[in-house]
Amino acid sequence: MYRYDEFDAAFVKARAGEFRDQVARRLSGALTEDEFKPLRLMNGLYLQLHAYMLRVAIPYGVLNGAQMRKLAEISETYDRGYGHFTTRQNIQFNWPKLKDAPAILDELASVGMHAIQTSGNCIRNTTTDPFAGVAPDEIEDPRATCELIRQWSSLHPEFTFLGRKFKIAVTGAEADRAAIRVHDIGIQIVRSEAGETGYRIFVGGGLGRTPMIGKVVREFLPKPDLLRYLEACLRIYNLHGRRDNKYKARIKILVHEIGIEAYRDEVEAEFASLAGTISPDAEEEARIAAYFASPEYAALAEASAFYERAKREDPDFAAWARRNVHPHRAPGYAAATISLKPIGGAPGDATAEQMRAMAEIAERHSLDELRVTHEQNVVLPHLKLDDLPIVWRKLKAQGLDAPNRGLVTDIIACPGLDYCALATARSIPVAQRIAERFADPTLQERIGPLSIKISGCINACGHHHIAHIGVLGLDKAGVESYQLTLGGDATETAAIGERTGPGFSYEDVVDAIETLIGAYLDRREPGETFLQCYRRLGMEAFKEPLYAAA
Amino acid sequence: MPLRDGTGPIPDDWTKVEPGAPLAARSLLGLADAEARGAELGGIDPRSLGLRVANDAERARLLPWLRKVGLIALAFPSFADGRAFSLGRWLRERGHEGRLRAEGPVIADQWPHLRGCGFDEVEIPEALAARQPEAQWKAAEARIALGYQVGRPGRQAISAARREARR
Repeated sequence: MYRYDEFDAAFVKARAGEFRDQVARRLSGALTEDEFKPLRLMNGLYLQLHAYMLRVAIPYGVLNGAQMRKLAEISETYDRGYGHFTTRQNIQFNWPKLKDAPAILDELASVGMHAIQTSGNCIRNTTTDPFAGVAPDEIEDPRATCELIRQWSSLHPEFTFLGRKFKIAVTGAEADRAAIRVHDIGIQIVRSEAGETGYRIFVGGGLGRTPMIGKVVREFLPKPDLLRYLEACLRIYNLHGRRDNKYKARIKILVHEIGIEAYRDEVEAEFASLAGTISPDAEEEARIAAYFASPEYAALAEASAFYERAKREDPDFAAWARRNVHPHRAPGYAAATISLKPIGGAPGDATAEQMRAMAEIAERHSLDELRVTHEQNVVLPHLKLDDLPIVWRKLKAQGLDAPNRGLVTDIIACPGLDYCALATARSIPVAQRIAERFADPTLQERIGPLSIKISGCINACGHHHIAHIGVLGLDKAGVESYQLTLGGDATETAAIGERTGPGFSYEDVVDAIETLIGAYLDRREPGETFLQCYRRLGMEAFKEPLYAAA
Repeated sequence: MPLRDGTGPIPDDWTKVEPGAPLAARSLLGLADAEARGAELGGIDPRSLGLRVANDAERARLLPWLRKVGLIALAFPSFADGRAFSLGRWLRERGHEGRLRAEGPVIADQWPHLRGCGFDEVEIPEALAARQPEAQWKAAEARIALGYQVGRPGRQAISAARREARR
């Protein structure tokens, strides 16, 4: 993984110093609250319902054991002993004090971490496939591209006061595990017919109040042109994006209003005329890429008799292996998902003790590397098959062994009414009730791949639009009401879910979801997933049983 | 309103001229006014002319003035409205060699970004200058030293510093 050198470290240290100065200048009155707000947001500090919230950047979701340990320590020293992993592969602390924020940033800087641009109207953390560099189907490791973008976008003089936030995601495979089509810019690494590696660029995707699937703005971009092209894309957005209404200020609205053709023409003209050098030299690009070279794997056999026997002997381990273990490009290795979705837990939360356990396992068994996923789980990317049983036992000792990756209880939920000032309904308690209803692992496996995502308001932080079953909590005359959507999809077959009809009460929403799943189990064909079944049968087949009882 | 550049407070030797009013030695005109004056400006050294430009001005309107005028002052209606960062950078790319001024309530914390986009100076409201005295702008100036972007005025890119350190 990328390691900060003296220059990256100096940059981060300077930023921490700058924020310390800004806090002091706010307190002295040199900065007004209006002026201070975007500055604190650009350093990851939100004012939430009950307290400040600090969002720490985990660039493209990759971190090492020492960094995870530091997060654990911060959660104990400055917070309530836990952290919350987010859908943008970052971590949030929900209870820090403003006066402690500069000290926390110093602590983070000591392990090469920071909170720069995790909020505010700027280019946010670039996200990617949690199996980057590991997945067998990958054309190229997307992390080198992510790191190039991280550096380019860090305090970019031109793009730090945009009309609205700006999110970029990169994937190195055709199978999209980074949800690139619902980002402001999505980047797919592709290979041309001539065998040249380059990028397909999507623009104008997003969720929120106006969900949209990104459109292709450039079918093939040669690799060396990436930053120049992004600069053109951002400049057209910065100059022409709407500033009159914050809910219409994302690039998706600009692209929608002027049309993808007009946007593309503007970008291509800008791209052609951009003067001066934008990308660092080839030597620097090679330096970055070298950090993501394949690690030194042991020479192992393709299969492990020890692992196979452990699966035969312990059905619980076998269930976890079926759901949470993923193929790896190196023989004798696997990647594994640590589910942060135990039955009854708050999705994405981990205690300090769990974070330390994950750090220890990564250091001992996973070449000192962890990945945060946009599904709010953590991945151990480099495990020997022989080590899987011991890793599983260590996870089990910490309650981190839920065998539910991608199943009905692997729920994404926003913080909701319990924490968030914007929320109009509870989210986490709904997730917990759904998980409890479907707690039986056998039932979960029988239902198969199914994503449920819950947002507590129309801002859609819980990504309900791209869930197979989406849940949107609203306030109807003082009462929580939950609308359901069906058929959303975050992958290469991306789709925005369709509303079933009137919403359900807090009490009834779990029954409603059970009815939908029942309808699927009744009518599915062998091997058909919920999403496939919905696409074959259409809305009416689900709507009818859903509202029949009412 | 107070004017400063990288050296500190500076006198303003430009006169803001109202539409249609007589020209001064160095006249800062609104873009529309300059366009309307047409031939009147023909015999004048363009370096004694400056333009005040809104941040949503159509860029094509600026092309005839590039490489000629002595000053372009871009409006920042609020510090959070960052359109003029792009406009300023574009003017520099297109060859504007005169002074580039940010006019409006920009804050000291934005000075590194302004410099990075090619601005030379800021003209800020009195009250803001009182709240953010020169020392705060000087402190911001010191933060310019290190940045990732390549080819930005007044500082070395981190990638170039790395290359030097290796040699």
